[in-house]
Amino acid sequence: MYDTPNASADVAAKATKISAKNVQVYYGDTHAIKDVDVEIQDKMVTAFIGPSGCGKSTFLRCLNRMNDTIDVCRVEGDINLDGENIYDPKVDPVQLRAKVGMVFQKPNPFPKSIYDNIAYGPRIHGLAKNKAELDEIVEKSLRRGAIWEEVKDRLHAPGTGLSGGQQQRLCIARAVATEPEVLLMDEPCSALDPIATAQVEELIDELRENYSVVIVTHSMQQAARVSQKTAFFHLGNLVEFGETGQIFTNPEDPRTESYITGRIG
Amino acid sequence: MTDASAPTPIGSGARQGKHATSLYAEDARTKKRNAAEKRFQAYGIAAISIGIFFLVVLLVSIVRSGIPAFTQTFIEVPVYLDAAKLDKNGNRDPDDLRKVSTFGYAPLIDNAIFAAVQDAGLTTEFEKAKDMRAMISASAPAQLRDYVLANPSEIGKTVEFKILASSRVDGYMKGRVTRESVARDKNIDAAHFDLIDQLVETGDVERTFNWDFITGADASESRPEQAGIGVSMIGSFFMMLVVLCLSLPIGVAASIYLEEFAPKNRFTDLIEVNISNLAAVPSIVFGILGLAVFIQFAHLPQSAPLVGGLVLTLMTLPTIIISTRASLKAVPPSIRDAALGVGASKMQAVFHHVLPLAAPGILTGTIIGLAQALGETAPLLLIGMVGYIATNVPDGIAAGFLSPNSSMPAQIYEWSKRADPAYYERAWGGIIILLLFLMTMNIIAIILRRRFERRW
Ligand SMILES: Nc1ncnc2c1ncn2[C@@H]1O[C@H](COP(=O)(O)OP(=O)(O)OP(=O)(O)O)[C@@H](O)[C@H]1O
Ligand SMILES: [Mg+2]
Repeated sequence: MYDTPNASADVAAKATKISAKNVQVYYGDTHAIKDVDVEIQDKMVTAFIGPSGCGKSTFLRCLNRMNDTIDVCRVEGDINLDGENIYDPKVDPVQLRAKVGMVFQKPNPFPKSIYDNIAYGPRIHGLAKNKAELDEIVEKSLRRGAIWEEVKDRLHAPGTGLSGGQQQRLCIARAVATEPEVLLMDEPCSALDPIATAQVEELIDELRENYSVVIVTHSMQQAARVSQKTAFFHLGNLVEFGETGQIFTNPEDPRTESYITGRIG
Repeated sequence: MTDASAPTPIGSGARQGKHATSLYAEDARTKKRNAAEKRFQAYGIAAISIGIFFLVVLLVSIVRSGIPAFTQTFIEVPVYLDAAKLDKNGNRDPDDLRKVSTFGYAPLIDNAIFAAVQDAGLTTEFEKAKDMRAMISASAPAQLRDYVLANPSEIGKTVEFKILASSRVDGYMKGRVTRESVARDKNIDAAHFDLIDQLVETGDVERTFNWDFITGADASESRPEQAGIGVSMIGSFFMMLVVLCLSLPIGVAASIYLEEFAPKNRFTDLIEVNISNLAAVPSIVFGILGLAVFIQFAHLPQSAPLVGGLVLTLMTLPTIIISTRASLKAVPPSIRDAALGVGASKMQAVFHHVLPLAAPGILTGTIIGLAQALGETAPLLLIGMVGYIATNVPDGIAAGFLSPNSSMPAQIYEWSKRADPAYYERAWGGIIILLLFLMTMNIIAIILRRRFERRW
């Protein structure tokens, strides 16, 4: 079941989910993202790699307009989700975020019970008609977050009482509970042990069947294992974007090559 | 510092190579460091001790001066309610009864005490019943009259009364007044105290707990023995109600808007600076503002708890806003991100996640703001809540807000201004009650904080 998903054969066939053109991001006077063009395909995992501070998180947060919450942040350019410009004044970012879910770098469960953590999204979006349906969503999401077995007996214990890795899987479960179309993950495994990491990677691979997943990672191996497409960022520029296999075996840009071989970072 | 020329391996200091030291012996640097630490701790302990010393002195002096206010001297005596004096027509008509003023009742008490003294065979130089008047409170006839008006059928009978003693007698019982100190007092003679001593022996004069001090109303300058803090407590209560109902919702709403929604620009910066400044504005300034705006401009009634509450609201708002904003700020931003990330709106994020986490801080700030307002006197000076003699319990809620009243601190201030030393004692007693309220509020704040903080 866990195949190496680098088979480049299925890359071309997928439809474009998000297309970003000419994106510029400024934090006040700092130009954090410069001229980035990326096409993110449906039912596929796209990995963002690059040295620390190169703007991976920043760009990821543009895709669900989380940057709106930062006062000094300014985004320019076009980002389209299914052909609709998400920065159009008519777009309500709240509606957008229901479609484009996010898992953050640091696990941030709500200080509520495990159950309520998962149920919160479905509740505010009216995804469940009754308690039984909600229970079902919670169980399904926790299973997909690969944490069900660990928490099924203490669903009403506080989510913040879990270990860091469990919390992160809880956050992943929370993100999938609202049935988003795109899932953005910002270093989801940075707090996880190898076993939990493997579980999350397996999960990402499963999610690929239904969603488009974008993952930021510092681990080349992880990018190679889970993604079909990889984007390499450097100092706010998108240096290279292509099929994962090609980026890791035969990068075009010397900067990409030195990064993946460990010379910049 | 270390010997650079010696080829010692990294990490091992020169001291190891040259003179091997034992872990049991302190070297010079450690000694110096430890001495500095000890000195610092000593300063801290000294500072705290001084603080505790003054606190204890303060508390002891408050309690010592204030406790006497909680007891009061009464004279127990059977009074013959003479029908010939109280109801000349003899038909117990309430209107007729009402015509007899307190002046008609006073002699009855004089006679009753004089009779009791003579019956008991006490030795006294006084020959007239009227001489007994100095021992009873000027409020005693009214007490009798109220009783008779309420129970007209008792006229013509002899009824046991517990009559309030005059403040001099009370002072004598409490040791405040002595025979020497009344040598030139034309209200009372040392001979009265001789009589009181004997009445204490017979059990007719006793000091009992003074509920009237806690529940009663203020009295005129000449009757300190009758004065209580109860009515001004009601005044304070209605003011606090106004403050709570206005400043909590306004303060919390303003803080949420400023903290979570308002754009950060020059204008909001200006507002922020001004709120901090408002918190530092002397309270009397709020008083004069209240006088100008609420009384002179809006024509709200003077001395009313409603106006007092409005003024104190102005004063409390900055405190509440500042503490609410601080507790909103203390909620980690990752919680907001998490909520927004699953598609909650900003308002949902705030009300579902941020506010519950900030609630204990908000509550604590509110209670502390209320406690501050409860103890505030200066602004009330200017809107006429001081100097007003609060003799009536307001009848009904509306009257509670609108009819003139005082407040606890204003009442205390008022008492401390009055000449009679008996009022001085009442002022301290009032302070004890006020402090009890403040302590209760602060304890509630602490309990709330303990209970809700870090619940997860
Ligand atoms: N809120 C902010 N305000 C101002 N500058 C910011 C802000 N967030 C990020 N930046 C700047 O933008 C640049 C990109 O930051 P970003 O967080 O996107 O990096 P990253 O690639 O995610 O790094 P890492 O791998 O360490 O998470 C950095 O130079 C950073 O200093
Ligand atoms: Mg990052």
